[in-house]
Amino acid sequence: MALAAPLYAEHVANTTPDKQNLTGTVVVDGEEVDIVTPDGIPVGPTWGSEYLLGADINGRDVAVRLLYAARNSMFIGLTGALITTLLAIVFGIVAGYYRGPVDWIISRAMDVLWAVPVLLLGVALGVALTLGGVRIGPLTLDAGSLWIPALIIGVVSVVYLARPLRGEILQLREQEFVEAARAQGASGPRIMFSELLPNVMSTVLVFFPLLFANAVLLEASLSFLGAGVQPPDASWGTMIDEGINVLITQPALTIAPGIMLVLCVLSLNVVGESVRKAIDPRARVMLEQ
Amino acid sequence: MTDPAVPLLAVDDLRVRFRTEEGIVRAVDGVSLDLRAGEVLAIVGESGSGKSVTALTLMGLTRGPNTDIEGAARLHGEDLVSAPDDRLRRIRGAELAIVFQDPLSALNPVQRVGKQITEQILVHEDLDRDQARDRVLELLKRVGIPQAETRIDAFPHELSGGMRQRVMIAMALSCKPKVLIADEPTTALDVTIQAQILDLIRGLKDQTGLGVILVTHDLGVVAELADRVAVMYAGRIVEQGTVDELFDDPRHPYTWGLLGSITRVDRPRPARLPSIGGSPPSLTALGTACTFAPRCPHRFEACATEPPLADADPEHPGHPDRCALALDAKRALRVVAADGSIGLAAPEEATT
Amino acid sequence: MGRFIIRRLVGMVIVLFAVSVIVFAIFNVIPNGAPENRMAGKQSTPQQIEAIRREWGFDKPITTQYVKMMEKLATGDLVSYQQQRNVFDEIKQGLPHTLSLAIGAAILWMAAGVALGVYSATRAGGKTDFAINVLALIGISVPVFWLGALVNYYLGYKLGWFPNGGYVEVAEGGLWQWAYHLFMPWTVLALLFIGVYSRVLRGTILETQNEDFVRTARAKGLSEKQVMRRHVLRTSMIPIITLWGLDFGIVIGGGAILTEAVFDLQGVGQYYAESVSQLDVPPVMAITILGAVFIVVLNTIVDILYAALDPRIRLS
Repeated sequence: MALAAPLYAEHVANTTPDKQNLTGTVVVDGEEVDIVTPDGIPVGPTWGSEYLLGADINGRDVAVRLLYAARNSMFIGLTGALITTLLAIVFGIVAGYYRGPVDWIISRAMDVLWAVPVLLLGVALGVALTLGGVRIGPLTLDAGSLWIPALIIGVVSVVYLARPLRGEILQLREQEFVEAARAQGASGPRIMFSELLPNVMSTVLVFFPLLFANAVLLEASLSFLGAGVQPPDASWGTMIDEGINVLITQPALTIAPGIMLVLCVLSLNVVGESVRKAIDPRARVMLEQ
Repeated sequence: MTDPAVPLLAVDDLRVRFRTEEGIVRAVDGVSLDLRAGEVLAIVGESGSGKSVTALTLMGLTRGPNTDIEGAARLHGEDLVSAPDDRLRRIRGAELAIVFQDPLSALNPVQRVGKQITEQILVHEDLDRDQARDRVLELLKRVGIPQAETRIDAFPHELSGGMRQRVMIAMALSCKPKVLIADEPTTALDVTIQAQILDLIRGLKDQTGLGVILVTHDLGVVAELADRVAVMYAGRIVEQGTVDELFDDPRHPYTWGLLGSITRVDRPRPARLPSIGGSPPSLTALGTACTFAPRCPHRFEACATEPPLADADPEHPGHPDRCALALDAKRALRVVAADGSIGLAAPEEATT
Repeated sequence: MGRFIIRRLVGMVIVLFAVSVIVFAIFNVIPNGAPENRMAGKQSTPQQIEAIRREWGFDKPITTQYVKMMEKLATGDLVSYQQQRNVFDEIKQGLPHTLSLAIGAAILWMAAGVALGVYSATRAGGKTDFAINVLALIGISVPVFWLGALVNYYLGYKLGWFPNGGYVEVAEGGLWQWAYHLFMPWTVLALLFIGVYSRVLRGTILETQNEDFVRTARAKGLSEKQVMRRHVLRTSMIPIITLWGLDFGIVIGGGAILTEAVFDLQGVGQYYAESVSQLDVPPVMAITILGAVFIVVLNTIVDILYAALDPRIRLS
């Protein structure tokens, strides 16, 4: 384990920033769609040019779509993880700090959310919201907007972080520095956000890359089931979905987006692992032994 | 039980070294001990003195890929150090048993206590479950557990600390061992319970002729229970003798320090509880000098080489120590108060 | 214990009620959720829509609609909007497929996880640890539908080692054909969990081995194997079994959808995916509640089991 840790770290340092740069370039080059040649993109040599120059059933450049898909998937993943984090911080801290009825309501809501299979809920929400479109809506979100899956993923994942945060706050609030702040006449919100929040930030930091990874995966699953990103927009999930239909004639269409997805989620998970090792004192002790 | 002069357990020049990342730790460095049937031999020292490692090594519990064990420990003439794992497994629990310090963590939390004792009996003896259970009930009664019939099916957390230690003792005695190793058996217990457990061990020893090795840092426990004492410091025995010899005529300054730091009810309590200054040496870097010298206010030139364990008074053998001071000097230096009480003068006081 | 179980059961009913309300609301309160528009199709006249509304009772207040649906759900008369078939018959048909997949995979990942975990814990350090870490990372990073599709393509289609998807009833093809068809789905689904399980188990074993009571077990004269099996493993299995119950609930209550879809197993998950894409509320409702029932029941079982396995818990 101890030997592997620096290996991970190195791997992480190389992969993730590249991925982010890559999506960055796409946003800039995105306007000139078809002219883009993907040669300058730092990918593994084993990939060869045949995949990158290939086209999908509609004659679209797979490489370009992959980059678009990467942008969409990353956007949804990141936004979803951010929404989850914000909601979880608010719910977790409020429930843990106020306890009593407030905690009861939030905790029961979390129980309900925990009981519903995440994927079932996500698919139901996704289909209802996305396909439903804007025919009635004074709603600001367009049908097929990327915000819809991001929002869904953000909401259905809240439990993962809110529960541990609440537990941590319940312990923290009994400690002396909270007593001291209360004795000085600090208000509830003030204690929660200037005293308690900094103390749980390490937990949030540990969870964030994992939530991000989870959100990217969930987006792919939803899109695969037709409840996430809607065509003609691309995401890794929709590309795999489209690819599987022609898997037998053109397996590259399935493999390429899958590899992108796996690499991305893998590096996020590795980042998560490294963060956990760096922050979690228990894990560090285990390393030193 | 046969001839009291023949030792039941003879430890001869036992050395235990752990290879760690920080270097080689000489945890036990040439320890020799004899234990006779019906005798209580106490091994006394601070934590890190090697007393527990000695005890665990006798049980074979320090064996591992990073441990070097040399010397011999003969139980009825059979060497435990060189015994193969299989043979040792048959001996431990049957002829040689141990009671650990903290009964709560030493008992499996998810198993009923009766089952944990039965398990040991079934490993060593050819009995069926019912016979083993009967034996366990009898044992529990013998170690003074009331309502043994219901307690036998209790989980460890359902018993009090004293009861748990009684269970540990019952477990250790379950296969009628010849030697019982008690590793700080009372340290984790309340003071009132401590006395009960010590009484129990003494009673069992008297009944069965058990030889007991008592590992402790508490000289009060030693005075209560032991016949003979070995004082350990930095992996070596620095003084050895009978309880009377050790308490009345302590020869090594470390022993003085230990004696000085116990509170005694028959003497007025000193204003400041004396303790031995400094801390035990690192066992990775031991030279030839006396290991206690850095903490000893009485050190002089001769301390540059540690003397062997030898009798200071050849006319009264059997009470060897490892201090270079002359016997008269020892007898003069160890008295730290007008009432004749023994102790190790604090270093700053010694220099002024 | 009895009061504990009753409290859990009451909690379960409340949770399930809330789940049903949420699912109902998703499809009815949310903008453009009105089913009559979808049922009538895009080029429909207001008259058609009005007719459908009256026929299905969509003109009634929302609470009445909810109560009606729950009544049907309870009596088993629930009929889907699109195919207009009995939802329960459909579920009954798909459930054995889903259960076969989930139970088989769960046994497989547990067995493999325990074997690997024990192996790497007893041979601490080195290659197995690394392999387990890699496997665990892959398990949480690879989407099951993608892995499934590739496995199906290469092992099923290209090499022909295994049937290319599909489900065979035991009654039709016998036990062997049933297992043969399920082998790839089982393996793919199990792969997601094996690494995580063995890693968790390895960690707890290494932690437990340092416990005093393990030293006591050795001091009693037990052999290393007995120490491992009776003391170390028995205690170390507790977190794994807890995890198992939770994961099994998650898989059976929805996680299997993707695997079913890729391998065309025609299970409940696949039925759900089809219904949801047609915005067919009744089956979605029924399946979501069924999934929630599985998860809640398994959570409760896990709690009870946990208390049974670790007597210290019973105190609190």
